Amino acid sequence: MREGRPLSFYVLAAVFALFVLFLYGPTLTIFVLSFQGPQGGLTFPMNGISTFWFEKLWAGMGVVDIGAAFWRSLKLGLVVMVLTMAFSVMAGLAFRRRFPGQSALFYTAIASLIMPSIVVSLGIALEFRLLDEAIKAFGESWDIAWINDEFTTAMGLFRSGLGAHLTWTMPFGLLIMFAVFNRFDRRYEEAARDLGASSWQSFRHVVLPIIGASVVGVGLFGFTLSWDEIARSSQAIGEQNTLPLELQGLTTTVTTPEIYALGTVTTAVSLAVVLTALGLMALLRRRRTRHGTDAGQGLV
Amino acid sequence: MTAIPAEDAPARTVAAPRAGSSGRLAAFLQAAPMMLVFLLFFVLPLAVTVVVSFWDYTEYSIVPDFTLRNYVEAFDGCLTSLPDLCTTFKTYLSTLKIGAMVWAITLTLGFTIAYFLVFHVRTTAMQIVLCLLCTIPFWTSNVIRMISWIPLLGRNGLVNQGLLGLGLIDQPIDGLLYSEFSVVLAFVHLFTVFMIVPILNSMLRIDRSLIEAATDAGASGWQILWNVIVPLCKPGIVIGSIFVVTIVMGDFVTVGVMGGQQIASVGKVIQVQLSYLQFPAAAANAVILLAVVIMIIVALTRLVDIRKEL
Repeated sequence: MREGRPLSFYVLAAVFALFVLFLYGPTLTIFVLSFQGPQGGLTFPMNGISTFWFEKLWAGMGVVDIGAAFWRSLKLGLVVMVLTMAFSVMAGLAFRRRFPGQSALFYTAIASLIMPSIVVSLGIALEFRLLDEAIKAFGESWDIAWINDEFTTAMGLFRSGLGAHLTWTMPFGLLIMFAVFNRFDRRYEEAARDLGASSWQSFRHVVLPIIGASVVGVGLFGFTLSWDEIARSSQAIGEQNTLPLELQGLTTTVTTPEIYALGTVTTAVSLAVVLTALGLMALLRRRRTRHGTDAGQGLV
Repeated sequence: MTAIPAEDAPARTVAAPRAGSSGRLAAFLQAAPMMLVFLLFFVLPLAVTVVVSFWDYTEYSIVPDFTLRNYVEAFDGCLTSLPDLCTTFKTYLSTLKIGAMVWAITLTLGFTIAYFLVFHVRTTAMQIVLCLLCTIPFWTSNVIRMISWIPLLGRNGLVNQGLLGLGLIDQPIDGLLYSEFSVVLAFVHLFTVFMIVPILNSMLRIDRSLIEAATDAGASGWQILWNVIVPLCKPGIVIGSIFVVTIVMGDFVTVGVMGGQQIASVGKVIQVQLSYLQFPAAAANAVILLAVVIMIIVALTRLVDIRKEL
């Protein structure tokens, strides 16, 4: 029953194509420009083609240790990813029943999602500043040597930084879990329980395989949002910066295609993660269809 | 997965309570890690911010106190200098102006894209592919996506080269980069996806028979769009708008990078005060920003009863 496309289809398709070009065009431009020859500048024309700027990037970027920032961001991103997945799945399971503080948690998550990031970052910075002062005062009054001599701040990548990132990634995780469990057929679980499965067994062998693809989706949000996070990290990260923070600093100081090379590398990492996650999700979904029907389960 | 199901909120997730108090305890324990993180890194920091906004400070330290100094200073001279606008009012006005422009553009664009995906793309597989195409950039770095405009908009960038080549201009336009224009452009580039996804989510739920009924009743294409589809998309539109407006109001990164550190924004004011370690002053400005944002959200939600849509 195919009919011809109306004129509006072609107009809207053109708008869509232009939008996609608008989305990807600039990134493709810096991808091309990152292979600029050694004499090349920040804009076209290309002055030969080389991997000169990548080699320069690899050798280190002046005062800023980009390599160390890269690994720090990677580690933080992985930890944020794992915690976001674990906490979101657990909270998603919890929301299927009633528990004290349920609606408070829901509204807090929404508030955290739309709260201006600078406010969150400032709040965490203040909180840790007060904590630091309290610890120092405590050290002085009790004469604890290591606090008096060595303690500077409780802030750090895996303390305040991790917390800041989680306030940004967990709301996404929770909302995805809501969508998943809204479409979840609880009769599978009941069947498992009737067959004598413990709660852990029914989670591990029944629930997890069904929601697996979406959990990977939560992980995708967890890693990529952390990997690129700036606003919430800005005041709360402590002494060691993450990669995007270094990058933001470099935008004003670096005037060579080196920054494009760095951009290409960062984007490549993001894309690798995105494609791996999407591939994994497709794989899990296919396995699920092969091992059992998911009729009526919808897409998520 | 690509949809941020902001509307799938608790009403329907609250399944029939089946377990007794032990079930409630188990559920509470399952939710506890998330609660704890939000408590330590979101609720407590906000409370601290509100408290410290009433504190005093010197060059070296912050002093517990109860003073309105920070609020008074934030609005310093705002009433006496009227009708001229004080710095704070000017900053808010500039931020609101950018916000309004970004909102109007992302809403139009987001609605159009979503409409195309829902009503013109015929297979679900194609819908998913095209939707992913719009979402993938969201998972890549914002700063990179900002600096990728430099080779296009710079003085010797592609746009100027193209316009010069076509003979449309005699000399390069300077204001393409590091201007209000480039800031708005970058916001649209980065955050249209926040409009697309909620509107798409609303549109997918529209019962097609309603549209058929409208056609049968003799409605034209525009009438269907305006009287059937737009009202039914209201929840998505409001949610997308809240996202976009709150992002723009609190932003300092995009305005900083794309505005060449020249354009004022509320977020930047707070950031600058923080760099001078004027915590209480920054906290007061954060509280003011929060109040403005909440007022905007309340105004937006008046357009639609969110609780009814959840």
